[in-house]
Amino acid sequence: MKKGTFLRWRNVYLVTAFLVMYLPIFYLIFYSFNSGGDMNRFTGFTWENYSAVFEDSRLMLIVVDTFLVAFLSALLAAIIGTCGALGIYYMKRRQMRTLFLSLNNILLVSPDVIIGASFLIFLTILGIRLGFTSVMLSHIAFSIPIVVLMVLPKLQEMNPSLIQAAKDLGANQWTTLTKVILPFITPGIIAGYFMAFTYSLDDFAVTFFVTGNGFSTLSVEIYSRARQGISLDINALSALMFLFSLLLVVGYYFISHEKKVESTKKRKEDRVAEKKAVETL
Amino acid sequence: MGKWKTFYLIPYGLWLLLFVIAPVALIVYQSFVDVNGGFTLSNYQNFFGISAYLKMTFNSVVYACLITLVTLLISYPTAYFLSQMKHKQLWLMLIILPTWINILLKAYAFIGIFSGDGTVNHFLEFIGIGRQQILFTDLSFILVAAYIELPFMILPIFNALEEINPSLLSASRDLGASTFQTFRRVVFPLTLNGVKSGVQIVFIPALSLFMLTRLIGGNRVITLGTAVEENFLVTQNWGMGSTIGVVLIVAMALMMLLTGEKKKEGGHVQ
Repeated sequence: MKKGTFLRWRNVYLVTAFLVMYLPIFYLIFYSFNSGGDMNRFTGFTWENYSAVFEDSRLMLIVVDTFLVAFLSALLAAIIGTCGALGIYYMKRRQMRTLFLSLNNILLVSPDVIIGASFLIFLTILGIRLGFTSVMLSHIAFSIPIVVLMVLPKLQEMNPSLIQAAKDLGANQWTTLTKVILPFITPGIIAGYFMAFTYSLDDFAVTFFVTGNGFSTLSVEIYSRARQGISLDINALSALMFLFSLLLVVGYYFISHEKKVESTKKRKEDRVAEKKAVETL
Repeated sequence: MGKWKTFYLIPYGLWLLLFVIAPVALIVYQSFVDVNGGFTLSNYQNFFGISAYLKMTFNSVVYACLITLVTLLISYPTAYFLSQMKHKQLWLMLIILPTWINILLKAYAFIGIFSGDGTVNHFLEFIGIGRQQILFTDLSFILVAAYIELPFMILPIFNALEEINPSLLSASRDLGASTFQTFRRVVFPLTLNGVKSGVQIVFIPALSLFMLTRLIGGNRVITLGTAVEENFLVTQNWGMGSTIGVVLIVAMALMMLLTGEKKKEGGHVQ
């Protein structure tokens, strides 16, 4: 009997927590179909707010810019971060490795305002005009550490004798990297890329500091519009962004799962091919 | 062989130098520079001499503590109940999913929910309490901040709960402990590390949130983060902004030392 009431309270609590977590998003989406113009009373259904979003060419340009920055900065961060992970992996001295890893984590634990303010000082001293370039550089910079953290465990999972075997079979450094190491750590790199992509898409504080007058990303635009009060265009936009984030999450799980299956399959095939090669020798 | 290894480190090392070490060094340097560009200690003198700054810092710490406490009080039962569910990984993912939605949109939603003619006030009117000013108060700021930080507290606690060896629970039950005793003597002490990393992940952002104080908290400078933003982007006093920034960095370092030991990465959805 007592156990039963406990279970019931548990479920009530969880369902409440669940509703609260999703309340703001569904609230926004619900009112995005409101023809009344505010978020207080639902007066009638309309698609007007959505067509307003698509007709707003300035907003569309900002959407394109935001995604361009996210795609490119995540790509560059993935490349530099993978290099970093490889560099740290190959370090022989333990202290060196710990030092590099702690430096790596500084940007992950720093508050956004500090990153934004310090980047602003740095970019101004370099004489870089605030705008696309400064936002791009900052996004690459704060995405690199998460890529390193995603790739490094994959490298450590790798059996070192794989590299040794490749060397023994006459593979040079480049072949070892592209045929053995990179295929093995690809899931880590993809995870890192996705994290970097979402970091860039979600970032507000750092971008707010380093963006000039001429350039804006979605977060900054929403902030300046929200400060002026409620406009249901933002609701429509948020519904679209929510759909996109959902797709991104689903896509991420799909890809990372697919890669896992594929890579084990591929490794098996590779092993067979390897065996054949040795036999023919 | 050696050449390759250094090659990997060139782009990464450049990044470390330019975007990690240089900015931190520059913000410390800038805090000793006055408005005309000369060396000065006046920024620090102002910070520690003017009571408004000290009061703001104190308030910011109090707010951060309250936000962390509210987050913890909601997160711990959530994580605990989640860990007892059947498809717990799926439930966890679902409850964490809203983290992926842009933080500004969530803040914007609360402007609507808490507004004078908004949903919460409709509800309060309905149950007979009547309308209240909710938006632009300290309460709304703390609640929204806690809402945003929830997943970052749930995750590490959930992970700590998952790490507990189930045979410990059976042993405790076999030895005659009630559910509550098992929780108090076995489960809770074993999850303290998760609580610690959660507190760490939540407290520092709570000190430095600035857009929430602007949008939800009524455009007041009530946290260290807002003060940094105010000095950098509004009054253009970079020296003073950097000084507050350095204070924030020191606070962060202290926090890390206090809750330190083994730090776990639990802050992000994997």
